[in-house]
Amino acid sequence: MRNPQLTRNGELQHLLTLDGLPKAILEQILDIAEPFTEVAEREVKKLPLLRGKSVFNVFFENSTRTRTTFEIAAKRLSADVINLNVATSSTTKGETLLDTVDNLCAMGADMFVVRHASSGAPYLMAEHLHATKRDHISVVNAGDGRHAHPTQGLLDMYTIRHYKKDFTNLVVAVVGDVLHSRVARSEIAALTTLGVPEVRVIGPKTLLPTGVERMGVRVFHDMHEGLKGVDVVMMLRLQNERMQGALLPSSQEYFKVWGLTPEKLARAKPDAIVLHPGPMNRGVEIDSAVADGQNAVILPQVTFGIAVRMAVMSMLAGG
Amino acid sequence: MELPDAASLCEKLAEQIRPHLTPDTALIGIHTGGVWLAERLHHALGITEALGTIDVAFYRDDFGSRGLHARPRKSDIPFDIDGRPLILVDDVLYTGRTTRAALNELFDYGRPGRVDLAVLVDRGERQLPISPRYCPLTLTESLPTGSRLRLSRSEAGELSLRIINA
Repeated sequence: MRNPQLTRNGELQHLLTLDGLPKAILEQILDIAEPFTEVAEREVKKLPLLRGKSVFNVFFENSTRTRTTFEIAAKRLSADVINLNVATSSTTKGETLLDTVDNLCAMGADMFVVRHASSGAPYLMAEHLHATKRDHISVVNAGDGRHAHPTQGLLDMYTIRHYKKDFTNLVVAVVGDVLHSRVARSEIAALTTLGVPEVRVIGPKTLLPTGVERMGVRVFHDMHEGLKGVDVVMMLRLQNERMQGALLPSSQEYFKVWGLTPEKLARAKPDAIVLHPGPMNRGVEIDSAVADGQNAVILPQVTFGIAVRMAVMSMLAGG
Repeated sequence: MELPDAASLCEKLAEQIRPHLTPDTALIGIHTGGVWLAERLHHALGITEALGTIDVAFYRDDFGSRGLHARPRKSDIPFDIDGRPLILVDDVLYTGRTTRAALNELFDYGRPGRVDLAVLVDRGERQLPISPRYCPLTLTESLPTGSRLRLSRSEAGELSLRIINA
């Protein structure tokens, strides 16, 4: 079966999900991202790789950090960046997703960075471009529904590799609202592909998807147990806006049981790193003492995210 | 074709450069062969300023057709280049496109006082108006198209020139 993300030669054509992406490609993205981190220290923070290309940021759902870091990444590669906040434009007038795509192609788009509340929307766009013989135009998924957020997963992997060097001797815990989290799915897929021997998920039964064990993870319903001896703690945001029905008693109650406090973090290895995809809910899933503490690598994640997005975009645009 | 000994070429290159050194001259090697060569020159010439290295992968003019190669390295210029005399070091000068890419990259770090080019071998057949200031060997016969002339380094650190046929 054709992998819609890869060309016939096995090179990256779109970035839709980390699930099923070969290890060699994941490693290639991380390797290419590394020299991009240095660009931020130059007098001229620009490389010519995407000169003359138009990158359309199409966000059907709100986002500040992801959209901004994609924009910075594209601009550092010299692309022309057009930001569309579709949530407030044509779709509200009734235009379909694929009509929007066709119109933006008619405006000369070379790449789409897309966020959508529906899982699979970027895939639909990529298939539409393929069906209409526009394979030279790439789609980057910037988060679709509960499905995937591949660049977030990649920047998390970059961060882990930066601090821990080797994936094959790590115990990694993904903590919190896995059920509603596209970030968690991308993280688990990448960690598994990169050879992390033990991936744990920790959370209340109501916020873990049924059958989560089938993703190759160990499941814990107790923070003290689950965090014991881990090297990496990957916190998830409590997705208030995705929460339907009474899955939780209250955010104070949640913090008491599932919030990452210094006491709970003490169960992890002393040199454990703490990641969070942002935006953080302080006092809900993470305590300020941890968020601002020495184990946190949350701000470096943001910086690395620019380099990782530069790597993805330049791999899609080149050759 | 008989290729000369890289180590003795390297010594000749160092002697060509030596009379022109100023106290603030810095070397910048182009990955990978140029970095090995620059390390030798840096030592032989007793230069005190740290060695700079650049990888031109992000400035190549064939990115649109060939994409990025698998593992570009970090460029590292650990000094301020504004006003400074620089010597750009590469192993082999051929079409001049790598030198063009390196110059473009350098100017994103600032405005050097001057830039000279030092290479071990000039194999001719330039496609751009670029010429080396320091070069101990110019090939008089052209190599077959598609063949590559490269500096290689043994595990013991010895440099040698090799022709890799397409």
